[in-house]
Amino acid sequence: MNAPDRTLVEAIGLSISFGVQNTRTRVVDDVSFRIRKGEAYGLIGESGCGKSTILRALSGLNGDYEGALVLGARELPKKRGKDFFRRVQMVFQDPYGSLHPRKIVERVLAEPLAIHGFDRPSERIAETLEAVGLGPSFRYRYPHELSGGQRQRVAIARALIIEPEVLLLDEPTSALDVSVQAEILNLLKRLRRERNLTYLMVSHDLAVIAHICERAGIMHQGRIIEELSAEQIRHFQAREDYTRAFLEASIESVARREEVGA
Amino acid sequence: MTDKAMTSQNISLSSLGAWLRAPVPTSPFHARMQQLWLQWWRLRSNLSALFGLAVIVVILAAALLAPLLATHDIFEQDLAMRLLPPSAEHWLGTDELGRDVYSRLIYGARITLYIALLTTVIVAPIGLLVGTTAGYLGGWVDTVLMRIVDIFLAFPNLILALAFVAALGPGIENAIIAISLASWPPIARLARAETLTIRKSDYIAAVRLQGASKLRIIFGHVVPMCIPSVVVRVTLNMAAIILTAAGLGFLGLGAQPPSPEWGTMLSSGREFVMTSWWIAAIPGSAILLTSLAFNLFGDGLRDVLDPRHG
Amino acid sequence: MDKPLIDVEDLRIRFHGAHRSHDAVRGISFTIGREKVGIVGESGSGKSLTGRSLLKLTPKGAKITAKHMRFRGTDLLAASEKDMRRIRGNHISMILQDPKYSLNPLMRIGNQIVEAYRLHHNAPPAEAKAKALAMLEAVQIREPKRVFDLFPHEVSGGMGQRIMIAMMLIPEPDLIIADEPTSALDVTVRRQVLTILDELVSRRGTGLMFISHDLNLVASFCDRVLVMYAGRIMEDLPARDLHQARHPYTQALLESLPRLDHPVDELRVPVRDPSWLDGPVYRNGVLV
Repeated sequence: MNAPDRTLVEAIGLSISFGVQNTRTRVVDDVSFRIRKGEAYGLIGESGCGKSTILRALSGLNGDYEGALVLGARELPKKRGKDFFRRVQMVFQDPYGSLHPRKIVERVLAEPLAIHGFDRPSERIAETLEAVGLGPSFRYRYPHELSGGQRQRVAIARALIIEPEVLLLDEPTSALDVSVQAEILNLLKRLRRERNLTYLMVSHDLAVIAHICERAGIMHQGRIIEELSAEQIRHFQAREDYTRAFLEASIESVARREEVGA
Repeated sequence: MTDKAMTSQNISLSSLGAWLRAPVPTSPFHARMQQLWLQWWRLRSNLSALFGLAVIVVILAAALLAPLLATHDIFEQDLAMRLLPPSAEHWLGTDELGRDVYSRLIYGARITLYIALLTTVIVAPIGLLVGTTAGYLGGWVDTVLMRIVDIFLAFPNLILALAFVAALGPGIENAIIAISLASWPPIARLARAETLTIRKSDYIAAVRLQGASKLRIIFGHVVPMCIPSVVVRVTLNMAAIILTAAGLGFLGLGAQPPSPEWGTMLSSGREFVMTSWWIAAIPGSAILLTSLAFNLFGDGLRDVLDPRHG
Repeated sequence: MDKPLIDVEDLRIRFHGAHRSHDAVRGISFTIGREKVGIVGESGSGKSLTGRSLLKLTPKGAKITAKHMRFRGTDLLAASEKDMRRIRGNHISMILQDPKYSLNPLMRIGNQIVEAYRLHHNAPPAEAKAKALAMLEAVQIREPKRVFDLFPHEVSGGMGQRIMIAMMLIPEPDLIIADEPTSALDVTVRRQVLTILDELVSRRGTGLMFISHDLNLVASFCDRVLVMYAGRIMEDLPARDLHQARHPYTQALLESLPRLDHPVDELRVPVRDPSWLDGPVYRNGVLV
């Protein structure tokens, strides 16, 4: 039913402001982007550039925005319905804060199934735990018994268990160690392939975005100043000065040293 | 499956220990029990909390087994035996009407615990409900509910209880209602404050994004997070409740004589304090010890249950 | 190389828990001279504890033992709390991750720097103030006079961290321990802060112990790198040789990073070999 290049998620002239009257400031300023079905799109920028704010508006956590957000062919209402949450799910940055401290993994995963009236909850929980690389032994664990990486897997399982089409990823690995980051990035890549998911990923880490996404918008002071493909990012093909400075600041890698040393 | 079979058949202590320490819990119940076990371990290292718990258990046992433990009829008056100091016959002496103080003390524990527990059962859910609803919904709901709370908080506990008892008439049940009315607002305040931090957390955002209704979020996610601190607060409150109940009894507005309520006993022993100290001192010490025990235990519980410490 | 500032041999840090004891640092030896030494490791590797143990600021319940732990010949293990107070700040200072938590929120920035200076130097207020302003300028704060009178919440994270650096450098310590000093900062700000730190440290010949989880950062910033894993130093090598690291853990750690110049479909995840826990370690590429 879907043409391969059909647009699934779209933002048109999105503006978001915080504060009241005199102190009201525009955090996101007239942002537009399109994400095709099955594509992974990234938003990169430094803290305070508005990237997470866009994610919160799209997810439905914040309905106070101007402009339009579109899913499929329909504009989303500011107050989202259950059918929206069925299709779009989110993974948060901090795995220590995004799981209810007093609920075992099973209950965390059972909740969305109950809300959306899925059948076979027990089997689905087992399948999803398996899919995110946690065995059945994690089923009856409390979050505080799990490591950061394991918690993030549970959070991903919670988002995936109701089989959404779009996954919003808010810096999903920035709170994790590098080796755990590698595990989670591999998992996200595999899940996207297996389930034909569409990703919108927010990160301040260029390499992570380039690894996961095909395209990314570079954000600065509430605007997307340019859009680059992963290839363009890798080859520093940026038009804007800010992007170039940002790219350079991010490349303090071993590779550089090798080149300099050679 | 084999684990389950094992635990149901084998009830020896060592296998229970192994079950509680098993590295991988096999059911939600198992996981819950393991958590309780860990919390118990943590509580065990807190000596003053253990002392409080021990005293509470003793008082609870005294209340439950009062008919067995009492040596005399608590209402039987014997003026020939009045104002006797502690002796082998009357362990804690007799009061101004010749009644056995020890037996009355034991029965008095029933009344005290009855008041404390019933008040708690009324107060905790109301406070929790009002606090979490106000905190989570915010807006005008919050304003209205919290102004009501403020009105209640504007009066000292005992004065408010006094006013209610004056209106309702003296008696234990009315005392309970009066104390409840006076002691739910601080709990609502606490629950609201907790809710305000909880509602900003990512795990609440996550359930919102699953499409959960407000009702579901409040009762399924916010309330469970508030319960530990409310339990701690309520346990600490017990002391205040016991003191208020005793105060009402002392003023003749709570339990009525000849009921062996501790505050009432203390009040009637007041006249004889210079000559027969035990009549006032013994219920007085009981009140002190019980409220101290609840305070110590509540403090210990906070260390174990409070999410900020866990 | 001249005499090292820090000379540690067989350092162990053990926590006595209720049920069992836990060794957080297990017999590490290292020296730090007037150079920039990076300590990298993942959370729980013991890197922060190592840094704190040099100032004896480890949490309660931690027991530090070592064959020796010397700072310029002074035995830190035998030093009294009074000696340690003299050493802290005066000779060794520490920069923490988030300036928000290290600056006193109720005190103006300038006064905090002045106080840091006067704690260690018996100087009149006017001189201390001049010194503080000079220091703020040294960390490239544009209007030092204005910033001097601000409160910590009125400055950005990057500026806060530069102020912390100013505060830590003003007593002119011999060694600075920086625990994740830039992880709370954005990349562009991070570079700026590091450049300042680098300049000041190099110019004064101050030793720097740079604790971080970020391999790339350490590799490009430091002179020498110690890679920690499970309480041990797995590898001790010059930063420029990091890409030739010998230990499988270091190699795996490097490969687990997504790289812009080297796209891969799947990142390599370190398979933790239990034999690493007590196995051989590498120093300058040589097995020891």
